[in-house]
Amino acid sequence: ISAVRSGSEAPPARADATFKVTMVPGDGVGPELMSAVKDVFKAGDVPVEFEEFHLSEVQNMASEEKLEQVLNSMKSNRVAIKGKIHTPMEFKGELASYEMKLRRKLDLFANVVHVNSLPGYTTRHNNLDLVIIREQTEGEYSSLEHESVTGVIECLKIITREKSRRIAKFAFDYATKKGRNKVTAVHKANIMKLGDGLFLQSCAEVAQLYPKIKYENIIIDNCCMQLVQNPYQFDVLVMPNLYGNIIDNLAAGLVGGAGVVPGESYSAEYAVFETGARHPFAQAVGRNIANPTAMLLSSANMLRHLNLDYHSQMVSDAVKRVIKQGKVRTGDLGGYATSDEFTRAVIANLAA
Amino acid sequence: MSLRHKSCLFDTMFIRDHKKSQLVASNLLQPPPAKYGGRHTVTLIPGDGIGPELFSHVREVFRFSCVPVDFEVVQVNSALETEDDINNAITAIRRNGVALKGESLGVFTRYTFDPALHRCILFTSLDLYANVMHCQSLPGVQTRHKNIDIMIIRENTEGEYSSLEHESVSGVVESLKIITRNNSLRIAEYAFRLAREKGRRRVTAVHKANIMKLGDGLFLQCCREVASGYPDITFDSMIVDNTTMQLVSKPQQFDVMVMPNLYGNVVSNVCAGLVGGPGLVPGANYGRDYAVFETATRNTGKSIANKNIANPTALLLASCMMLDHLKLYDYATLIRNAVLTTMNETQLHTADIGGQGTTSEVVQSIMRIIQSKGQRTAEM
Repeated sequence: ISAVRSGSEAPPARADATFKVTMVPGDGVGPELMSAVKDVFKAGDVPVEFEEFHLSEVQNMASEEKLEQVLNSMKSNRVAIKGKIHTPMEFKGELASYEMKLRRKLDLFANVVHVNSLPGYTTRHNNLDLVIIREQTEGEYSSLEHESVTGVIECLKIITREKSRRIAKFAFDYATKKGRNKVTAVHKANIMKLGDGLFLQSCAEVAQLYPKIKYENIIIDNCCMQLVQNPYQFDVLVMPNLYGNIIDNLAAGLVGGAGVVPGESYSAEYAVFETGARHPFAQAVGRNIANPTAMLLSSANMLRHLNLDYHSQMVSDAVKRVIKQGKVRTGDLGGYATSDEFTRAVIANLAA
Repeated sequence: MSLRHKSCLFDTMFIRDHKKSQLVASNLLQPPPAKYGGRHTVTLIPGDGIGPELFSHVREVFRFSCVPVDFEVVQVNSALETEDDINNAITAIRRNGVALKGESLGVFTRYTFDPALHRCILFTSLDLYANVMHCQSLPGVQTRHKNIDIMIIRENTEGEYSSLEHESVSGVVESLKIITRNNSLRIAEYAFRLAREKGRRRVTAVHKANIMKLGDGLFLQCCREVASGYPDITFDSMIVDNTTMQLVSKPQQFDVMVMPNLYGNVVSNVCAGLVGGPGLVPGANYGRDYAVFETATRNTGKSIANKNIANPTALLLASCMMLDHLKLYDYATLIRNAVLTTMNETQLHTADIGGQGTTSEVVQSIMRIIQSKGQRTAEM
């Protein structure tokens, strides 16, 4: 089936290949979004098999043993699709959440959120196209907090040269691969002169290896303001952990919110596909109102990563077509359709 | 290949040489290679002549086999070649760590900036000190000698290729051949370690120490020193002129061969000829941090470019060596077996080995064989 669409430039992958992918639906609407993905893949005859693992802290379904199973599955499959594992705010003796543990065990250091306006859905800023790359294994998320004197807490933010270089190189490699022109480092080196200073210095050093890509830097507070005023000036943004978290969410908001922006996390060996703004959206559970767009687009990115270009194109085209037609939209985009109706509309558009 | 990590013994020796110590310093700053989510990015330098055509076939086979490798294409061709071009290529290899390269070098060139020099610049600036070429008889290819299986290890960065030539008195030119203890030791070490890793029995050093008693003498002495650390491997030496004669009369006697730069150039061309010509033999250049893969004998094949008759075997086998280097062993084996199986079919032989097959027919056959290997999952 695959030959026609991609043209002479891209001959199809082997028709008989089957790919196994680890699936961690997570909390909140995660399982609902995953069932949308499964339905679409089934209807589109996508040669992917899922190995499902339910890992949840809030439903007491998380244990070291379960985490081990997920890790083993990842070791053989190398690719996963994942919902958000909700992290309770209360402190119960352990500082690192399961989400963080998984990230650290797999060394998923780079998070990529490609913020792309959806044609047909109008927001204040249209035709946006920017990529946010976030270091997500150190910085403020070090889980190193202690009470040095009663009433005084120290939280350690860790910046290392090795990890800063690694994320900077990731950003430039990503820019090279996707044919982008500019990388901007986001920092607060005017206040954290040593920590963020090191990050900034690492970025500048790595930039020398990429003479064809423009390198700039911007302070985080200014970056936020620029993003809401004139987001078109940015191309690829690279930043430490917490800034990345904030910018991811801010930028997702620019094009329609958590329901429409896909994201992915990488280590050298593994790739995890998820939504761009990672929220469990627990209040929507069972109400059939969550928007499957982000997860479906993320699954399309996953297919491309697996060399299944044809199927990837098929899924993302179908999703974009439904959005563009504007007849079937979930509540977050101002429509009245349920999640299921949206998924059915995508399936109906697969063949078209 | 684990061989790219040299022992710290060698690191300390580098420091003596100013240029090299700079290199080591920049290597220490080297961030990890471009590998994310199990996918590698590799620099692709298509070069001239048959290069671009053959590389499109490599990419086709890779895509078809779902190989998790993306290419960053860097254009360097001799028509426009400038110093900038070669610097871009070097930076691109530094970024990705691994490159697959076609030939862009004519030996006789009318351009002022000599491309043959580019080779040296590329190898010395990336310190790709070991050139490895594996000449093996292919069962389907008719040649005068059968059962040849020789590995040739060539020092890549010094010797006659030092680019140090000057006219000392009018009409008298001195070309300096440089042999250093450091570089001789590390190439010998590389050869013996590779021999042990591949289960080989014998290493032969090729030299001309009867004439160049000090230069080649030092090389030979370094080989002997290293050999004493490998009692399980037999070591012998042979003078280069005799070697070429022995090669064309009784090539089966050789196992692993190690030699300085220029002899390596000559011997590898002789050996490639013995097993069927430049279209069949892949080559690899390894350093501590980088690796560049190409066809073993360097010929752009301008005359047969874009005629669909070039032999894709060497380049496909070189890409398999690259996959081995990236530890993608299963993909390498899959493609290599398909290439070798195709070579058994005489009607598919291209003109260079006496057939009438076309490049695309060979590639089609390779993909058919890959397809027929049955159900394959992503458990690689």
